[in-house]
Amino acid sequence: MSFIRQVLSVTNMNLRSILERSGSSLVIIIGIAGSVAVMVSLLAMAEGLSSTISNTGQDDRVIILRDGSGSELSSGVAMTEVDTVSSSPGIKSLDGEPMIAGELFAIIDLTKKGADSTSNLPFRGVQQMSFEIRPELTIIEGRNFTSGTAEIIVGKGANNQYEGLDIGDQIKVRDSFATVVGIFSSNGDVHESEIWSDLAAAQGIFRRGAIASSMIIRLESKDTFDEVGLYVESYPNLELKVQTETNFYDNQSSGADLIKIFGQVVGYIMAIGAVFAALNTMYSAVSTRLVEIGTLRALGFKGTTVLAALMIEALILAMAGGLLGAAIAYILFNGYTVSTLAGGSFSQTAFAFAVTGEVIQQGLTLALFVGFIGGVFPAWNAARRDITEALRSI
Amino acid sequence: MKYWMIVKSGINRKKIRTFMTVFSIATAFLLFSLGRSVAVAFNSEVDFAGNDRLIVVSRLAFTESLPMAHKNRIEAVEGVDTVVWRQWFGGTYKERQNFFPKWPVPDNYFDVYPEWELSEGAQEAFSRNITGMIVGKDIADQFGWEIGDRIPIIADIWPKKGGGVWEFDLVGTYTNSVSEEQGEAFINWKYFDEARLYETGRPGNYIVKIENPDQAESIAKEIDELFKNSLDETKTSTEEAFSRMFAEQIGNIGLIINSVLAASFFTILLLTGNTMSQAVRERTPELGALKAVGFSDRLIMLFVLAESFFLCVAGALIGVLIAYLLFPLFSGLAIGFSGEIEFSISIVISAILVAFITAVISGVLPAYSAMRLNVVDALRKN
Repeated sequence: MSFIRQVLSVTNMNLRSILERSGSSLVIIIGIAGSVAVMVSLLAMAEGLSSTISNTGQDDRVIILRDGSGSELSSGVAMTEVDTVSSSPGIKSLDGEPMIAGELFAIIDLTKKGADSTSNLPFRGVQQMSFEIRPELTIIEGRNFTSGTAEIIVGKGANNQYEGLDIGDQIKVRDSFATVVGIFSSNGDVHESEIWSDLAAAQGIFRRGAIASSMIIRLESKDTFDEVGLYVESYPNLELKVQTETNFYDNQSSGADLIKIFGQVVGYIMAIGAVFAALNTMYSAVSTRLVEIGTLRALGFKGTTVLAALMIEALILAMAGGLLGAAIAYILFNGYTVSTLAGGSFSQTAFAFAVTGEVIQQGLTLALFVGFIGGVFPAWNAARRDITEALRSI
Repeated sequence: MKYWMIVKSGINRKKIRTFMTVFSIATAFLLFSLGRSVAVAFNSEVDFAGNDRLIVVSRLAFTESLPMAHKNRIEAVEGVDTVVWRQWFGGTYKERQNFFPKWPVPDNYFDVYPEWELSEGAQEAFSRNITGMIVGKDIADQFGWEIGDRIPIIADIWPKKGGGVWEFDLVGTYTNSVSEEQGEAFINWKYFDEARLYETGRPGNYIVKIENPDQAESIAKEIDELFKNSLDETKTSTEEAFSRMFAEQIGNIGLIINSVLAASFFTILLLTGNTMSQAVRERTPELGALKAVGFSDRLIMLFVLAESFFLCVAGALIGVLIAYLLFPLFSGLAIGFSGEIEFSISIVISAILVAFITAVISGVLPAYSAMRLNVVDALRKN
């Protein structure tokens, strides 16, 4: 008990004098805050991108592409093949109709807000069943398109990032125009970066004839995946690949994993720099306080007490730096929406930075790590000092 | 040089501190090198021989094809020299990670790229052999291909009539004399166009060589004007602008990564500057003693600056060296979202320049206060 009390009283004394040593304490705080802010921002970017992409996938939905294609853009399936697959067992039915839709995925050039040149926006032609298969999609403004017309609806993200995609606006497609009639949200997933139209209209615009890019299926339950897989694989002359939507979108999010690793690598490199800076500061903080430490020891405080108190001081400074860094990253970036070229689909995906609890936790762990390494050697050094020698340095 | 002893004693005064300072500067420069290389990748201004090539793509999206009939009409435009075309082939060689662009092209395609050097007999073999393929030297090296090898490519966008794998015969390689860009493959248009399942007779985009680069803008406008309000409107830009469009699309992300790296670099430098002035403050009495025995103010200032230069340059060199050693790892990471990054000599040069600037900025205040020291006050501090 008395050990803890001693540690607390020495810590208390140290902390009260922090303000007098604000210069060198600030160095530790700023160094750590910088590292944590950098790491948290990069991780928040990765987190935002990956959750946007992987949010899209659900286990009870299946996506079918041409065998050999890794993305919808490079895949083609004939509408007759969609009919063939629709008689597979394991597909949920709605009012007697199998829940399957052929969808056309293409890209279209439009101008991003504030940009000079054009960017590639995903354009998806869908069937009425597509909406039943994805109940999370809701029209938040305006109305849905009417089948058989050149009307389009626009995802919330696309509406936000691009010029001329508000309700009533028209976009030029070949020699005609398509009118925006609604805006939809979709649980923050990748579809919010897309433009949707009727499949037949899209096939006309992109000259695809009776060809779609992919099929999407709602399963009776996720356990019936194998039934569909087996049916498609054993059906003669059907060169198709069946995968769950979760699986498909996880593979698409590899870019986010790279940003995440990049963020960690940069965060750790910075942390090493911050460790050096913290070590320097703590060493000189200790050396200017040698007399104080010697006095404490002469009064009967144990070396371990001094060690523990200095460590607590270092960790408190580190934690302050970590919280400051996380706060900076949060204020600057949380919810900040950007869009980038997604790998595989050659088109833009909009996403928001997500400074989640997990990301902050990683940042704070880094901060404590730096505080610990930066504090332990100088503190150990101080605690081991000979009392008389320490006092002599007056 | 005769004063080197004094500078050295300053550096050796607290070896641990010198060591730590050098290494914290080294980490800053490690980040600097990393940031520079990523920045270069994001702003990749691909070196083109000249601005005498235009790319004509569908106005709807660059992935949409254009009709063959456009060729003659583009050729008729005043100032146009040669018109060739290509189509994005996609496809996979064995594994998906073995990615490289593959383009079906007409056999006079290489005339438009005079900066490419084809291996001997490649052009002739390509014209003669309908399944011929010419690849960049880098690709041939990467996969250990020899001329005469048969290369299987699994189809994705372009299935073959009757299905199955596409097979091409390697008839030659090319090297690029103006840039590192030699990682693409070219296959015979005629073979591709006849054997593909659909869209026969429609090229993807046109490459237009023009006679005078100064006319690029007006010719581009004229071409787009030709097809205005048709089913296949076009968008024409110089090759350089076209590739910059992709870099811009990755856009914000590159900017964010760069500004974050810059922020971290300056944070570490700030800490280092602080350490440096601390070191000088501690030494006030010694500097006073030097002054008392007759060293001039200017010399004292130079001593402190020299120390700062030593720390910064040593740190920069170590940082760049570590970056160089770790580079294969970084480029492996970066390839997924920014394309290839390169470690060029320009990174080393800019790092040393920045080290000098840093040395001046972080050394000038302590040096100035050392210079202005009053001998009596300085000695009294003892």
